[in-house]
Amino acid sequence: MKRAFSMPGFAIGFCMAIVFVAAALLSFFWTPYATDGVDIVNKLRPPAAGNWFGTDQYGRDILSMLMVGARTSIAVAVVAVGIGMGLGVPLGLAAAAQKGSLIDEILMRGNDLVFAFPALLIAILITAVFGPSAVNAIIAIGIFNIPVFARLSRGAALSLWTRDFVLSARVAGKGALRISVEHILPNITNLLIVQGTIQFSLGILAEAALSYIGLGAQPPMPSWGRMLADSQTMISFAPHLALFPGAAIVLTVLGLNLMGDALRDLFDPKINRER
Amino acid sequence: MKHILLGASALALTASMAMAQNTGITIGDQLEPPHLDPTAGAAGAIDNVVYINIYEGLTEFASDGSVIPALAKSWEISDDGLTYTFTLQSGVKFHDGSDLTASDVVWSLNRARAEDSVNAQKVLFANIADVSAPDDTTVVVTLSTPTGNFLFNMAWGDAVILNEGDDIEALKSAPNGTGAFTFTNWVQGDSITMTRNENYWGDPALLETVTIKYISDPVAAFNAVMGGEVDAFPTFPAPENLPQFDADPRFTVIVGSTEGETILSTNNKMPPFDNPLVRKALAHAIDRNAIIDGAMFGYGTPIGTHFAPHNPAYLDLTAQSNYDPDLARQLLAEAGFADGFTTTLKLPPPSYARRGGEIIAAQLRAVGIETEVTNLEWGAWLEEVFKGKDFGLTIVSHTEPMDIGIYANPDYYFQYDSADFQALMDDLNGATDPAARTGILQAAQRMIADDYVNGYLFQLAKTGVANADIRGLWENAPTQGSNLSEVYWAE
Repeated sequence: MKRAFSMPGFAIGFCMAIVFVAAALLSFFWTPYATDGVDIVNKLRPPAAGNWFGTDQYGRDILSMLMVGARTSIAVAVVAVGIGMGLGVPLGLAAAAQKGSLIDEILMRGNDLVFAFPALLIAILITAVFGPSAVNAIIAIGIFNIPVFARLSRGAALSLWTRDFVLSARVAGKGALRISVEHILPNITNLLIVQGTIQFSLGILAEAALSYIGLGAQPPMPSWGRMLADSQTMISFAPHLALFPGAAIVLTVLGLNLMGDALRDLFDPKINRER
Repeated sequence: MKHILLGASALALTASMAMAQNTGITIGDQLEPPHLDPTAGAAGAIDNVVYINIYEGLTEFASDGSVIPALAKSWEISDDGLTYTFTLQSGVKFHDGSDLTASDVVWSLNRARAEDSVNAQKVLFANIADVSAPDDTTVVVTLSTPTGNFLFNMAWGDAVILNEGDDIEALKSAPNGTGAFTFTNWVQGDSITMTRNENYWGDPALLETVTIKYISDPVAAFNAVMGGEVDAFPTFPAPENLPQFDADPRFTVIVGSTEGETILSTNNKMPPFDNPLVRKALAHAIDRNAIIDGAMFGYGTPIGTHFAPHNPAYLDLTAQSNYDPDLARQLLAEAGFADGFTTTLKLPPPSYARRGGEIIAAQLRAVGIETEVTNLEWGAWLEEVFKGKDFGLTIVSHTEPMDIGIYANPDYYFQYDSADFQALMDDLNGATDPAARTGILQAAQRMIADDYVNGYLFQLAKTGVANADIRGLWENAPTQGSNLSEVYWAE
């Protein structure tokens, strides 16, 4: 971990991401103003001392909205990555353990099928069928995370299966399940962390995109994407409405990507050797 | 010589370009119609194209909402109020060249009131007992009971006159009317074009072509007007952009009245809204001015009942349901909901509903009523809310003129079932004396306000924007659709 922080990319990305996580956690206990009420008299105030980021079209404090919105974004992305890992990794490990079998074929072709659809299309399909809500956005984003993790873990596991320590474990009489859990999984954790970080940032983007087109979190739950969408017609006279949620999305995603890149460099043995 | 010729042709070119600009207009609208037969569909987008411009009725609305003669040059009403004798304009031709005769009128009205009619407003024709044509220019309509607003009913877009024997299905994509414009082209998903009818019986249209362009996205609409892609947007979807147009000398902002009573529709049969105390609490929990300011950026007139403020019979009953959250909480406690309750709020797409919904949800939350907000597209809204009656609350603007009669229909989606009100509407239909009608209409306004049937929010304003050189656009919207034949470019 120390090594990670010595990499500037990781340190910067981590700082950026932690600000938003901290803001999201803080919003559970405190926000500068309440976000569930409207105060029309004070609508569209530009950034000032009382409201650092100004107020929106209903007079709500944009900073408070962003803090609660961070909660929505992070919650959706965390659960979605959890679904992707929780289902994708076992599927990938199972496919690798049964390489070449019918199960492998069915699992991986099924993965290809899901993978072939653009992620957002799946999301639109699901929310169109089951109705727009934060929960359905989570399911939609989670589903397109499954093949990502399944492929990654299958590919990594396949090369591990040919290694001597796995062979010796097999000779010792361990079954495929135990080998996968005790020997394969610990050895691909690094890869999963890297991919998880990247998928996490993609999840935040996807949630913002879904909310932007009205298929994500529904009002009154604040969401960065919907804040952006609502600001569209007012951009010319109240640019702060779009600026702050836009910046929040950019900075969070950038921070997570920096972290992901740095972690990949760290864990990649080829790059390490060159150092 | 060659130079002079070139110069002359260049001049001619610019002249013809200027002409082209001045003889046509492109009008923006948000919703594309499903088809173009106003006698077979409720969609207001149909009337926005064809009403008066392509199809005409016996009577029609003027911009101020008054009823004026159209295909009927004049009429006589018998003393008992049961027989209307219309004399038709002479020399009227349909766009396909056939003459308008009295039998076309008989056929059109009989078709609209028939048992299997698909007319969206069959109630307009309900009191007609018989229609006959003694000669080619005379139509006699006999009513079963005196109907005070019969001429008003005949002015609706649903009561326009078609050519007898036309293929109704074909009319849906190629209308054949008598109006000042003929239908030219419909590029699905993009625009509809109309051309001046050179054989029009009345004053010919001032413009040669009218193109109605469909732009549903408010941002795209803003850019289209700013960029000059459309010359006018009579009902501009984003009121927050109007101050910018107003400040720009290239544009004029046209603010007028509509017949749209915007209400928080309440499902009167669904508990707890079947309790009048709860509905009264709802009415006091709503701050109309905040909604008008927040959702419509100040455009709109507060209403306290289901009636248009510009109508002479209007009563201002807003004080009866003033904003008083403490009273609302007290009323809820009285009704047994001291801890509040949870209900659904289903919102159709217009910004008055989506934005108004967010504000109302916050205002209701303040008195303890939690709402589950669902945003619906129009199709889903019609299916779930209007037909299915599966809703607690919804926000919608009722844009039909003089539509207080909907409260007499217990099967209407908000399900207000009052025998007293139904009796009142029966009286109204029988009354032809203007003073008596006003009295009944005011009693009706009071009754629905006293029963707190729905949350009465505001009268929708018609907020349009147009190129500053355009004249003759309707300022108000007394009905869906407007007469475009009087529109011209000033220069």
